[in-house]
Amino acid sequence: MSDTSSRDLPGYAPFDPETQPNWVVPDYHSSASRSPGRPAIPLVQTLSELTGPVYGHGAVQPLDHDLTRNGVTDGAPLGERIIVTGQVLDEDGRAQPDTLIEIWQCNSAGRYIHTADRHDAPTDPNFFGGGRCVTDEQGRYRFITIKPAAYPWGNHPNAWRPAHIHFSLFGPAFVTRLVTQSYFPGDPLLAHDPIYMGTPVPFRDLLVMDYDPEVTEEGFALGYRFDIVLRGRRATPLED
Amino acid sequence: MRRRQTPSQTVGPFFAFGLTPGQYGYSALSSIADGTMAGPDTPGRRLRLEGRVFDAGGETVPDAMVEIWQADATGRYPDGRSNTGFAGFGRCGTGTDPEHRFVFETIRPGPPGDGQAPHLNVILFMRGMPRHAFTRIYLADEAEANASDPVLSTVPPERRGTLLAAPGSRDGVYLFDIHLRGERETVFFEP
Ligand SMILES: [Fe+3]
Repeated sequence: MSDTSSRDLPGYAPFDPETQPNWVVPDYHSSASRSPGRPAIPLVQTLSELTGPVYGHGAVQPLDHDLTRNGVTDGAPLGERIIVTGQVLDEDGRAQPDTLIEIWQCNSAGRYIHTADRHDAPTDPNFFGGGRCVTDEQGRYRFITIKPAAYPWGNHPNAWRPAHIHFSLFGPAFVTRLVTQSYFPGDPLLAHDPIYMGTPVPFRDLLVMDYDPEVTEEGFALGYRFDIVLRGRRATPLED
Repeated sequence: MRRRQTPSQTVGPFFAFGLTPGQYGYSALSSIADGTMAGPDTPGRRLRLEGRVFDAGGETVPDAMVEIWQADATGRYPDGRSNTGFAGFGRCGTGTDPEHRFVFETIRPGPPGDGQAPHLNVILFMRGMPRHAFTRIYLADEAEANASDPVLSTVPPERRGTLLAAPGSRDGVYLFDIHLRGERETVFFEP
């Protein structure tokens, strides 16, 4: 038995129905057959939900955050070098330190290293496309990577995903787990992408990075900022 | 000012090289976790969990990812300070097994308190799912503890069976299939 009871730990706010997509997004066709049919049953959070896996700084290697270097075989990867940085917060604006962030993306030609990617675009022998880091005391993270390109997919005729980077975050508890995607500002494909558009208006903007001249490094790389907000503490005290 | 939650987006079809690189044979990145959650030295009774994910049409899903979070054999959730090396966290994609199974080699969790029966906490991700789904795995041979579990008791009796892993043919092997739709639709939770 644990020596703490769930009553000693804060509960977390639920998924926000105003910002979170439904399980079924009609224009995203595979969601119809790949989502639960019945509503989820509400669950009072217990230690099972209020605790979570711990992966601190020991889980990452020195080059894991630098995708321009962690997949190199004989030179630099091709494409536009970028910096992606931001802060992980909860809904009350509290910084989330020591949280593991994993990212994955396609290369500058729109091709993933994944063996199942059949898109007829070149792989880059010097770009793997996966990376990770752990947030610092202020909840900040920073990746150096190559700007990913759009790629076609089979959802509907002439469908193209807007350029995006996949993000996976742990947060402080099992219920704060988040997997999302970040997009680039001004991309004309956003309005045509059912995955992005599946997020309710006006909160889909939360998925778009900001170009940030302060993050941009002279002669090196453009800088983008992407802050990530995880489920926060509940507004009301946890009841039995 | 209250900030708004970042919307979830699907894990997509190509997560494997980023999230489960070791399992899928990508060597540029090491895995932070895989299906082998416990080693020979981890205290507790062995538990091997095997299962498949079925879509609405009854087809097995070959590109799902299952994550497990569980207590150790004494019922304690790992907090990173344990010296048994048990992290309590596992991750397995369904794309490397010929039958599209996920397989976890772990230990039986102890009862984690609050009157709960031993269970494993599950998050399911896949292409086609705009946000992930939570469920739990209980062990069918813990009938007495399951009968008084406060979470199971919120589930309609006729659906509780979808949360029970059944003992398989070999000792320590339990089977737990996940059905997204249909008569046997797995119960998902909204914690
Ligand atoms: Fe993608």
